[in-house]
Amino acid sequence: MYDIAIVGGGVIGCSIARELSRYNLNTVLIEKNNDIATGTTKANSAVVHAGYDAPAGSLKGKFNVRGNEMFSQVCNELNVPFNRIGSYVIANDEEDMKTIKDLYDNGVKLGINDMEIIDANEVRKNEPNLNKNVVGALYAPSAGIVESWELAIANAENAMDNGAELKLNFEVKNIIKNDGVFKINSENEVIESKMIINAAGVYADKIYNMVADSHFEIHPRKGQYFLLDKVEKDLVNHVIFQCPTKMGKGVLVAPTVDENIILGPTSEDLGIDEKENVATTFEGLGFIKEKVAITTDKINYRNVITSFAGLRAEPSTGDFIIEESDQVEKFINVAGIKSPGLSSAPAIAEYVVELVENSFGNLEKNLSFNPIRRKRIKFNELNDEEKAKLIKKDPQYGNIVCRCETITEAEIVDAIHRNAGGQTINGIKRRCRPGAGRCQGGFCGPKVLEILARELNVKPEKIALENIGSEILIGRTKEKI
Amino acid sequence: MKYDIVVIGGGPAGLAAAVEANKNGIKNILVLERDRELGGILQQCIHNGFGLHIFKEELTGPEYAERFMDELKELNIEYKLNTMVIDISEDKVITAVSPTDGIISIQAKAVILAMGCRERTRGAISIPGSRPAGILSAGTAQRYLNMEGYMVGKKVVIVGSGDIGLIMARRMTLEGAEVKAVVELMPFSGGLNRNIVQCLDDFDIPLMLGHTITEIRNGNRVTGVSVSKVDENLKVVEGTTFDIECDTILFSVGLIPENELSLKAGVELSEVTNGAVVNESMETSVPGIFACGNVLHVHDLVDYVTEESRKAGRFAVKYVKGEINGDKENVIDTKPLNGISYIVPQKLRTAYLDDNVSLYMRVRNVYEKATFVIKADGEIIKEIKKTHLAPGEMERLSIKTDLIKNRNISELTVEVVEEVK
Repeated sequence: MYDIAIVGGGVIGCSIARELSRYNLNTVLIEKNNDIATGTTKANSAVVHAGYDAPAGSLKGKFNVRGNEMFSQVCNELNVPFNRIGSYVIANDEEDMKTIKDLYDNGVKLGINDMEIIDANEVRKNEPNLNKNVVGALYAPSAGIVESWELAIANAENAMDNGAELKLNFEVKNIIKNDGVFKINSENEVIESKMIINAAGVYADKIYNMVADSHFEIHPRKGQYFLLDKVEKDLVNHVIFQCPTKMGKGVLVAPTVDENIILGPTSEDLGIDEKENVATTFEGLGFIKEKVAITTDKINYRNVITSFAGLRAEPSTGDFIIEESDQVEKFINVAGIKSPGLSSAPAIAEYVVELVENSFGNLEKNLSFNPIRRKRIKFNELNDEEKAKLIKKDPQYGNIVCRCETITEAEIVDAIHRNAGGQTINGIKRRCRPGAGRCQGGFCGPKVLEILARELNVKPEKIALENIGSEILIGRTKEKI
Repeated sequence: MKYDIVVIGGGPAGLAAAVEANKNGIKNILVLERDRELGGILQQCIHNGFGLHIFKEELTGPEYAERFMDELKELNIEYKLNTMVIDISEDKVITAVSPTDGIISIQAKAVILAMGCRERTRGAISIPGSRPAGILSAGTAQRYLNMEGYMVGKKVVIVGSGDIGLIMARRMTLEGAEVKAVVELMPFSGGLNRNIVQCLDDFDIPLMLGHTITEIRNGNRVTGVSVSKVDENLKVVEGTTFDIECDTILFSVGLIPENELSLKAGVELSEVTNGAVVNESMETSVPGIFACGNVLHVHDLVDYVTEESRKAGRFAVKYVKGEINGDKENVIDTKPLNGISYIVPQKLRTAYLDDNVSLYMRVRNVYEKATFVIKADGEIIKEIKKTHLAPGEMERLSIKTDLIKNRNISELTVEVVEEVK
């Protein structure tokens, strides 16, 4: 019997699992997919917003500002790269300047005190590749960039280091509550828990409907993106937002922590049943190009390395839903965590612990809790002396498997064997980046597969790209197929 | 460590360059290879058709590579395997990594870049859809099949008609897979004509020119594609869409020279070839750094790679021996005009030309009965008639050096003139 079952291994579920591991609670994180961080968490803008644009008084506004404050410490403890590079909302005319002033005022109301409205010269000096018609910008120095999936994975790993459990490929089929105990059923397994935290992303309404008449719906909203090669890394230095207008929110141009450039997203409302629709489209990608051209005309689309789409969990209520159900005791919804969900994640997790404490009464501290996640060695970032030393200690550091991102065999082996380790080609890509570069795994894919099969002691045919059913190889040659 | 010549890459280009350099009198040579064996991509090209020009016989890829590997070993040329070069400085200090040697720093007098190329990906051409299993580049599938002995699918659609895609169409068929179609956006194939005949026609695999994939259907794995016709502006024609059921999509949509290291060394690149700008000696903009093979421009025939690489090896020796004084006088620029997308080399220093000058180039379109017109400062010096030209087949034009030497020419142009039908 678990004390708490968290449904959903995205950045929210993983962050909550880690916060709860500070206490002596028997916690399990359950995820329907073959890896954590495979839903919204793996395909978004990867921006930590300053928090000036959510309405004052909303949960989005409150948690964004608090979450942003917490980011530096959380990322330090978890050894997740986070760069507070700041953001610009650029204005192209006087109308935009008025909008920017409104955003500034709203930000002040929410408690953000370090914003500045800067003039065209200042913008051009710091961002020479933006189009010449820019007249000013709202500068928010506290905005930052982070790998959202690494943040989720690091939270899950640290939670497990501190005693939490993780169950993958556990798709909740139904939930029955009897005598204060939830029985959570998957296709072929049942677990029992005293409490459920519903962090199921776009499926949060479906999960809640298993125990109650949900008062909210979660609609998937698709966002498509382009990712550019590192040769474009100097294009912009800040996260560049367009000024929201009647025509829409616009698209962003931003560096990533891995020195790529990200462009997007689109914002397309999908049907309630399209919760797996992450296909990019001609129209969507065309829309991004058209919109990005308003920000900068300096992009060479020959340097696109990939495009992708993700789904945001758009709640029918318009705001985050973070509360214990009024229909079902000890069932906490953490639903509708759309943008700025990533930015809010640490603060949401902190608040959910309060809700748990309110429900359970005083929580007992886990005295052996260690907030530090062991640092991931990044061979490429070391100096020659450090590299030589490492290879001497472990020759697998001398085997560069991914030539585009300079990732060594030892880094891959480490990514497999950590808590919440990667068991799939994409899982390894998310953890240490082989295949994330310009050849997109063309060269390193077969080598990563071989290492996975060896380390997990399974046949190569068992190694999947992502979920079960997405195996790369179908069998040996010379066998009947 | 110090070497006279360091060759980066032990594929066909690097091997030919190293062997030739040795034969020309420099013995202090090191070849650095990132893979576990020499031979480069030829090791996975187990089909035949290699060596028709150089050896006048048909070899498989590994056999072709082996001839050079044997020669390299006979000549006692040093090489290191499992060694990845991570940096080259402008003053030719090379940093490499290997499990056995750790970090190595090598000062070279001359460097020959022979790192090859990579495949253009689905992402780079922005084919929309999801990212399920069953989508690979053709070369990756070739590696799984020929090097590791695994199949990647049963029902295959190949996107793009580059040579690797065509070769894989036949290869997958021979292994029992059903190759449903090769879908090519352009109105002509990007591969060699002989491969279309031998790999598609002989196996009744349809080549759909002027078509593109407009939808990928999938669960965890690909389940099918929608294919549509495109018009002359490469826009999808409404109402022409049809579906093909498949579990695998292989992309063969072009190759890109891998020049990230070259950039670190300060080498100037061409925006057309994505390879270095070189002179008649295959020397880049950085004196003493040479480039040859697919890192310079993408070839369809390894024979031309060998030819070009031998030249790089020979001139690297001259450079080390101080026989090239770097004089900038009498440099002729080669310039592609009508119908030609690029010419390599881009610069010719007349002082260092052999008796004949070889110009490697690709045409932009398919031509039946056309003439290459070569002009020196606007004056026609040679015309070469051809019955068939296609972008997928590299052309090599040879002209007598006497025609351009000692005439103070500044520009050599090549254009395609089509015969009036």
